[in-house]
Amino acid sequence: MLSSPDVPITTIRPARRSGLPDVRELWRARDLALILAWRDVKVRYKQSLIGIAWAVLQPLLTMVVFTLIFGKFAQLPSQGLPYPVFAMLNLVPWTFMAGVFTLTSGCVLTNRVLVQKVHFPLLILPIACILVPLVDFTFSFAVGLGITWWYDVAIQPTIVYAPLFLLMLGMTAIGLGSFLAVINVRYRDVPYAVPFLVQLWLFASGVIYAADALPEKYITIASLNPAIGAITGFRWAVAGTPPPSTTMLGLGVLMTVIFFFGGLWFYRRAEPRFADTL
Amino acid sequence: MTTIVAEGISKRYRIGEYKAGYQTLRDTLSHAARRAFRLEHVDHSLEELWALKDVSFSVDEGEVVGFIGRNGSGKSTLLKILTRITPPTEGVASIRGRVGSILEVGTGFHPELTGRENTYLNGAILGMKRREISAKFDEIVEFSGIGKLIDTPVKRYSSGMYVRLAFAVAAHLDPEVLIIDEVLAVGDYEFQQRCMGRIEDISTSGRTVIFVSHDMQAITRLCSRAYWLDSGRVMREGPSGEVVSAYLQGASGSGAATTFGAEEAPGTAVLRLLAARVVDMNGDIASTVDVREPIGIEVRFVVLGETGPLFPKLKLANDRGEVVFNALDPDPRWRSAPEPGTYTCTAWIPANLLNEGVIGVDVAVASMSGPGLVNHVNVPSVVKFHVHDPGLGDTAKGHYTGQLRGGVLPLLDWTTEFVEARAYETA
Repeated sequence: MLSSPDVPITTIRPARRSGLPDVRELWRARDLALILAWRDVKVRYKQSLIGIAWAVLQPLLTMVVFTLIFGKFAQLPSQGLPYPVFAMLNLVPWTFMAGVFTLTSGCVLTNRVLVQKVHFPLLILPIACILVPLVDFTFSFAVGLGITWWYDVAIQPTIVYAPLFLLMLGMTAIGLGSFLAVINVRYRDVPYAVPFLVQLWLFASGVIYAADALPEKYITIASLNPAIGAITGFRWAVAGTPPPSTTMLGLGVLMTVIFFFGGLWFYRRAEPRFADTL
Repeated sequence: MTTIVAEGISKRYRIGEYKAGYQTLRDTLSHAARRAFRLEHVDHSLEELWALKDVSFSVDEGEVVGFIGRNGSGKSTLLKILTRITPPTEGVASIRGRVGSILEVGTGFHPELTGRENTYLNGAILGMKRREISAKFDEIVEFSGIGKLIDTPVKRYSSGMYVRLAFAVAAHLDPEVLIIDEVLAVGDYEFQQRCMGRIEDISTSGRTVIFVSHDMQAITRLCSRAYWLDSGRVMREGPSGEVVSAYLQGASGSGAATTFGAEEAPGTAVLRLLAARVVDMNGDIASTVDVREPIGIEVRFVVLGETGPLFPKLKLANDRGEVVFNALDPDPRWRSAPEPGTYTCTAWIPANLLNEGVIGVDVAVASMSGPGLVNHVNVPSVVKFHVHDPGLGDTAKGHYTGQLRGGVLPLLDWTTEFVEARAYETA
């Protein structure tokens, strides 16, 4: 049909439902991805004091409640850390993951005006969801470190590995969130299910208890949830508690990769129908 | 050089999707259960709807092409396919050059963000690079007339300001191919004129434009060629004036001539409307009329019994829904009850009276009955016609090429004198 060496040619044809990303197009849309993420951060922190306070208060208050119930009352073991430090170092990465997961699961619906009115690589929607929880994380992590220091727990040099565990959590959350985002385009009950899923997930992720306190026979199954290995690893990196076992970490990384690429593949395949179904 | 080629574009929706795409999981589960127990038989072939069927066209570089058709004709679906928001079910299209689209003014504007922030956001959404937006930023603010308020959250803007800023951003999009949908449907009249002016600038700057609108005036003015879509197919293609006329005749069911069959003739037991036509000076049916020529509206009705004094009336309204005027037939015979029989009344609208655009004619015939009026016939838009100004400078628009407000465009008796060759001096 049309051919020309220097002018870009757009070819429009029926959707092939390929799960592979168009990397070149994705790269060209980086400005948009950045600006969408920046928009969400800006809107979140528009009333800046309350915004930041919220990011810190959420894990902080949960930590207080956990300490009272699980630390004082139930007296759960906390790997030699004061329970508040234990809970806070678990809650900070957990809140990050839960945030990414929740935002991603609604990303198509919240941006439906864009999806229906302009063309852009839709894969940037779940990816742009990472920035707000990441900004929240930096504030709550600072507070978490403050609490660690307050209780005289030494912050380890292995803290440089903490971002790797955060990456695991982020990738898992984006993958599973994208999966739900697709379901959410079709079924509007997803937003009701998400908080419930997050709650269940919390109990399975070693946030309240230390993973090695689990009975031996359940550890392998529990390790299929990347969050448990990543949170254990995060705590190890910051405060030097026992690191996750090789099995736990290996399974966690494997599942992270499966969730991330599987979720995005599913999302990518469903993408062409978003504008029609919304 | 050809810029856009589309071959056999088709788009199928499943009816269920088309009405409401989303549902709740509960609905699906109960539906599946009912189907499983054969309580409900679903015929899949009936659930399909082709929003577009085998649409092919091509657009040359620098051409401004319009797409018209009534709601649901497939125009919007076609735009969504060309802008790659949704893929076609069948067919291939290719577009040469950067494509920009404005399917809505202010897509993605966020009320909490300031005008400046929204400009960058909206620019990026429309496909501009950050550098591009920065380079054009001052120009955009200037065009919008927002001034100092650019650093105020847009939630504090009036709706007019909001739309002005949104259009200013879109108007500075600079692609080789521009796809525009119904942008003019928003804002007040002044704003619409401003948009039209800008689109006119864009279209004369050598860019290729695809333009979808319900505004036939805009289509004939801006587009050299037009496609008329109906039920997802191309009904007609050609010079925009011709296609618009054909559309106006075909689309509303009422073109420039309407005749009612004996069974369907509107009216009462004593009076029925038989036909109405728009005619030119030669008595030929005219769907498009030159503003400089008189237009005849011919109404035929039959009186079947005792009516009392009659009031045959025409009401003309333009496509913005404004009443242009009402006019009654002053013939003395209507002052008393007319004898039964068929009557034809023709009203001649003088040349240089109506403004450009689509004019719909409502026909009403009432009679005096005791203290009140009885409406025997009152049919809206029995006939329609399109008034156009060829722009030769001999009408009330002078050499102005834009569109003027108002229902009428009367050529007045102007006298203009040269007073003296000396500048006016203040004392």
